[in-house]
Amino acid sequence: MPSIDAVQKDIIEEFEILGDDKESTIFYIMELGDKLPAFPDKEKTEENIIKGCQSKVWLTTDLRDGQVYFLADSNTDITKGLISLLIRVLSGRKAKEILDADLYFIEKIGMGNIIGSQRSNGLAAMIKQMKLFALAYQSKIDA
Amino acid sequence: MQDLADITDQKRKELDLAQIRRKFPVLDQKVNGKPLAYFDNAATTQKPDQVIDALKHYYENDNSNIHRGAHTLASRATELFEKTRNSLKSFINAPSAEEVIFTKGTTDSINLVASTFGKKFIKAGDEVIISTMEHHSNIVPWQMLCEQNDAQLKIIPVSDSGELDLQAYKQLLSAKTKLVAVVHASNALGTINPVKTMIDLAHEQGARFLVDGAQSAAHLNVDVQELDCDFFAFSAHKMYGPTGVGVLYGKRELLESMPPYQGGGEMIHEVTFAKTTYNEIPYKFEAGTPNIADVIAFDAALAFINDLGKDAIRNQEAKLLNHAFERCAAIKGFVPVGTARDKVSVLSFTINNMHAFDVGMMLDASGIAVRTGHHCTQPLMNRFGIEGTVRASFAVYNTIEEIDRLYESLARIAKRKN
Repeated sequence: MPSIDAVQKDIIEEFEILGDDKESTIFYIMELGDKLPAFPDKEKTEENIIKGCQSKVWLTTDLRDGQVYFLADSNTDITKGLISLLIRVLSGRKAKEILDADLYFIEKIGMGNIIGSQRSNGLAAMIKQMKLFALAYQSKIDA
Repeated sequence: MQDLADITDQKRKELDLAQIRRKFPVLDQKVNGKPLAYFDNAATTQKPDQVIDALKHYYENDNSNIHRGAHTLASRATELFEKTRNSLKSFINAPSAEEVIFTKGTTDSINLVASTFGKKFIKAGDEVIISTMEHHSNIVPWQMLCEQNDAQLKIIPVSDSGELDLQAYKQLLSAKTKLVAVVHASNALGTINPVKTMIDLAHEQGARFLVDGAQSAAHLNVDVQELDCDFFAFSAHKMYGPTGVGVLYGKRELLESMPPYQGGGEMIHEVTFAKTTYNEIPYKFEAGTPNIADVIAFDAALAFINDLGKDAIRNQEAKLLNHAFERCAAIKGFVPVGTARDKVSVLSFTINNMHAFDVGMMLDASGIAVRTGHHCTQPLMNRFGIEGTVRASFAVYNTIEEIDRLYESLARIAKRKN
């Protein structure tokens, strides 16, 4: 599996190809969301909703063979695309790696300009939630 | 001052769109690399340079507090402020300027009526009628009032096409009805409601009638005497004027019998610690220093509308709406929400069950500004079983070419899920 760093570099490269055209960028983000694995309806609970996002985002996690896996869904395609990027970078990694990850790709691809400040807060909330899950697993491992 | 014949002549001729657009500096810009197409006019319209200039001119030349100062600037500011009130009197054909009260906006105007008329005249067991298509601003104040005074809120249902059920309205009306508060033109659907008929029916039962004119004042001819409404509320910023200014028209005998809204300066006649006597209308309802600059600049917005003429404006906007509807109806997955026969220039729709926000973001990427969501009309969205819509609302400066761009973008967006 490529490193967090390598995946981020791939993403930055993909967005560079899209260039400045915002419409293609938005369409591309939505397509990324389309490719997320199906999220079970029974997991779309109030408990799994990430607080602080304008649209609904559900996130679940599990630990298999010492790796943290994330599953997510959203009621808007753009948000789904955004979280798919985070999943691509962070899912299937050790809790410590997730905690230590510096997600510089978000700034590099100009996400703030693409989604605006309100959405950026939502994106930050998603990252925070993913890191919180990782922290919970890490403290279990450390205990 | 132009003479009447000139003005009438001007109203008859086709609007010169290029000339109108030049008056709106904000329209001349690129958004995300594409020319801006501003279709969020039901939220707020853009401002012509004469409004912007009036604001600047006021602060550079006349700035002063009004109604009090013994100096020249104060009397100049007062005169300009009252000039807007007089223009509004003509604009809505109010019997007198004293029946025109300045507020912060339509929401404030409605809250004023709920807090004063409502407090005094709506008692336990009384009923207030509103409709399913009201903006939250014309729901929540009445809910709060009814809860406080132990009154009942009754709701007029809406048909599938987005029209009020007048038969149901007649059945809701009774001697218990003290007030009916209904929107003139729906912000979410565009439906123009037959308020004149509804007002007459309410009056037969002795009920008072408030018209929420936020979406009609810039688009339809409003004559409060012909309507015979008891209250008419609207906002400057939805009619090419500045933000932060609203208007409440009320019939004199009602305004005089209502208690004041807020306490403070301006609204008093005499204050002693034993007793305060209140000022005459309209000042009784205008406590504190008002939004002087924006009220003064509002006059320039009224002049802008009057110069073009409401009929010419309505004609242009109807052309835009028809064109938008005809083109977009051809898109697979396009579902209009609100298909009333009589509409202001609002095109509300869903597309392929996509989330409205996604559509809004994709349109924005093409430089097209629309509103998405429930439009502060959640009960109405529930009625249609949807979370929200995409809303394109047109103003006099919009063009057929801009609407063609909307169509082309929507056609691309729709393909994503087809």
